[in-house]
Amino acid sequence: MLLKNKQNALGDALLAAGLDALPVAGRSPWRDARERFFRNKAAVVSLVLLLLITLACVFGPMLLPHSFDDTDWDAMALAPTWQNMHLFGTDELGRDLLVRTLIGGRISLMVGLLATIASVAIGIAWGATAGFIGGRVDTLMMRLVDMMYAVPYLLIAILMVTLLGREFYLVVLTITVFSWMDMARVVRGQTLAIKSKEYIEAAHAIGVSTPAIIFRHIVPNLLGIVVIYTTVTVPGVILTESVLSFLGLGVQEPMTSWGVLIEEGTGVMETTPWMLLFPGALLSLTLYCANYIGDGMRDALDPKDR
Amino acid sequence: MAEALLSVRDLRVNFQITPAGAWPWTAKKDLKAVGGVSFDLYPGETLGVVGESGCGKSTLARAILNLIPASSGEIVWLGKTLTGGSTRDWHAVRRDIQMIFQDPLASLDPRMTVARIIGEPLKVHRPELSADEVMQRVRAMMKKVGLRDEMINRYPHEFSGGQCQRIGIARALILEPKLIICDEPVSALDVSIQAQIINLLKSLQQEMGLALIFIAHDLAVVKHISDRILVMYLGREMELAEKSMLYAKPSHPYTRALLSAIPVPDPALERKKEVRLLQGDIPSPINPPSGCVFRTRCPEAQTRCAQEVPVWRTLDNGTRCACHFAG
Amino acid sequence: MSLLQVNNLGVEFQTGDGPVFAVNGVSFALERGQTLGIVGESGSGKSQTVLAMMGLLAKNGRATGEALYHGQNLLAMKTAELNKIRGNRVAMIFQDPMTSLNPYLTVERQMTEVLQLHKGMSRRDAKKRAIELLDAVRIPEAARRIDMYPHEFSGGMRQRVMIAMALLTEPEVLVADEPTTALDVTVQAQILALLKELQRDFGTAIVMITHDLGVVAGLCEQVMVMYGGRVMEQGSADEIFYRPTHPYTIGLLGALPRLDHDTAELVSIPGNPPNMARLPKGCPFSERCSMADARCAAELPPLAPAGAILRACHRAPEHVMKQGEAIHG
Repeated sequence: MLLKNKQNALGDALLAAGLDALPVAGRSPWRDARERFFRNKAAVVSLVLLLLITLACVFGPMLLPHSFDDTDWDAMALAPTWQNMHLFGTDELGRDLLVRTLIGGRISLMVGLLATIASVAIGIAWGATAGFIGGRVDTLMMRLVDMMYAVPYLLIAILMVTLLGREFYLVVLTITVFSWMDMARVVRGQTLAIKSKEYIEAAHAIGVSTPAIIFRHIVPNLLGIVVIYTTVTVPGVILTESVLSFLGLGVQEPMTSWGVLIEEGTGVMETTPWMLLFPGALLSLTLYCANYIGDGMRDALDPKDR
Repeated sequence: MAEALLSVRDLRVNFQITPAGAWPWTAKKDLKAVGGVSFDLYPGETLGVVGESGCGKSTLARAILNLIPASSGEIVWLGKTLTGGSTRDWHAVRRDIQMIFQDPLASLDPRMTVARIIGEPLKVHRPELSADEVMQRVRAMMKKVGLRDEMINRYPHEFSGGQCQRIGIARALILEPKLIICDEPVSALDVSIQAQIINLLKSLQQEMGLALIFIAHDLAVVKHISDRILVMYLGREMELAEKSMLYAKPSHPYTRALLSAIPVPDPALERKKEVRLLQGDIPSPINPPSGCVFRTRCPEAQTRCAQEVPVWRTLDNGTRCACHFAG
Repeated sequence: MSLLQVNNLGVEFQTGDGPVFAVNGVSFALERGQTLGIVGESGSGKSQTVLAMMGLLAKNGRATGEALYHGQNLLAMKTAELNKIRGNRVAMIFQDPMTSLNPYLTVERQMTEVLQLHKGMSRRDAKKRAIELLDAVRIPEAARRIDMYPHEFSGGMRQRVMIAMALLTEPEVLVADEPTTALDVTVQAQILALLKELQRDFGTAIVMITHDLGVVAGLCEQVMVMYGGRVMEQGSADEIFYRPTHPYTIGLLGALPRLDHDTAELVSIPGNPPNMARLPKGCPFSERCSMADARCAAELPPLAPAGAILRACHRAPEHVMKQGEAIHG
């Protein structure tokens, strides 16, 4: 109530400022959400940090003097030092840990991004179809989702990797197959809710065709919730990747990822703790940031707030 | 008399209800939301439809537009039977029959600007119009319903309830329809705004020669806008009468109860008024009473009412009424 | 000493855009068996007035002034003290009964709990008393229905259960916030008749908050008309309904579709409901008032006695009544 008044007040203030004759640009729900998001300090800081981490992972290895799989014979298991630019130290094979951590970050973030895109796409298509068609189709499709939840994903992941080998695309595929269901459920629920809204009925009454109703009215109103759930899917997917890698089901050596690095670091944490510390810290920081951004998105886009 | 714009003949709408604790193969129950309604509507006329919650008035409105399919009966639009017609027939009719909704904000897509909302019917039914022409018509219509020109790019949440309802009215009028079905268009609005909307609808009706079906839950609201009034209860017609007749000499006991239940803003009248209090609550439409559906609450009910469904008949004063003892 | 005496009550909310004054300078006195009607549209502050009295404001809200119940200021009380009075000596019923009924407890448990807590009754005595009250609010077969859950009652019945619950402790004041707005007209008539009867039998004082002038007319001796967080006009029901002297009251009466008159046209009040975050400097109604001039927009009219009533308007009562007649016939 008060919030609505506030928005009117802003619009009216514009009017009072002598803009009466000009059409006033409306405050679209997206613009409102953007402003709310940028008012949330934790989310903005997280966004900046995550951007920095991403940029470092993408461009860092190009700027550093070492390669991720080259051995520095003079510096084996070296603690972090300025010498030779081994800022994060080196591992037992003398490979620079900073470069390896950044390269591992590339893989982890890439897996996160690709698997998220794939699972979000599948989830939206699946959920929206089930929700919009409804009836038996809906029941059937959602029971399949329930079945997917019941499958023990680690067993299947082990099976797939054993049969097909440790490949990057396999990791993405495995994660995708087991992470689209949440999105499907959420999108279906939201589609059902939007379908019963009065403005959809109004569109039917006007005579708008079904495809136009879906694309003009339902999809734009779905986007908010999709964005929210995408931002919470990303950290989940990154975490799953590190779990798989930690169990030795991730990418193949000498390629690496945060999960692989943490696994290596755990084995030697008494002698060379930096090998666990740096990748672990970076992974945690990334997950924290992603979660804070997700929270900020939810606060900004939650329709209840409007 | 002129040819009827819309004729509704014995319209019935049933909903399938799954009984509690049913198995997937258990037979579903019929809920008679609208149980046989008939009326004619003439050009330029306003028919008020009044009844309490669960009386089927909103379902009736949606059945006329085929938003909810009718189970049986006939809807005739300008001499053409629509029930059982093709999607294309309905599409053509939707140009002529438009609807205004109860919740002004909820009936507008939150992610569309006012211009797109009001222009959408043109996009659907007049695709040959250029974007400029659409905008021109939208602006003209906004002016007609009392919206300022500079509001054109704003979003629904930036407006008050009354303004949102004006947007809804503009959207309904932009195709210059012949009939507008108003589903409780003022019940969510403040009193001072209600009067604005009712007066606006009245003046637009005169200007554009519209026919209106105006749905409301009490008899006071429809008084100022209706020519004839249909009173419904539990999906059935109770009384259909000329306005002057209905308020002066209500024929059905339910109409009398509805009239006396409305509190009048006059302390002396209200303090000494004897309200014809109805007993109990509205029965469930899943298990409607036998005979006359109103008999369980009717102060004048007799044994006959439980046994016989009252005939929908025309009384001497022209009122149509479904009561054994009316007239 | 009055049963309930409210002096210069104000409510202020802290929002992102600065403070919003939702209620300003509300004063009234209520005696045993009396009924006060507070009438207003959305944003008038009518609900916030009573929520402030009951200590139920939202977190960002703050009440000023005083609300004296038997001389004790409710606004200055600690929560523990206040709990001895609210829900006990001063009870409240809401528009939506489900907000004050727990859906997971039977009506019996919810009613007996109140009596056990406030009156120290045994469960058995409490149940007997609860059934008596359900009978009093005309719930058929109360002894059987008391063991049902709230959702098993219809809307009107639920409202009765809530009224019965509010009456359990024989409160001296019953605050009713739009108790019939969500109900059908025939059910509303039942509830209003019930309230009148209860008042006669128990002598409860009632504060009735509503947007419906018709509801006020039959029930209340005293009426307060609010707009934009301020009292516009306050006095006996007869004065307010038959000789309104404030342009807003006149406008509200003219905008109401009436069964008792044969007016052809409704006279609407132009404009939109007040925006609480951006009220005019002067009279809150000045933006929509057909009789307003520059002074009305610039200078706040005080709520001052004029004959038997209180009114807040710069225009002389005779002038307003004459112009009102010209507009409304």
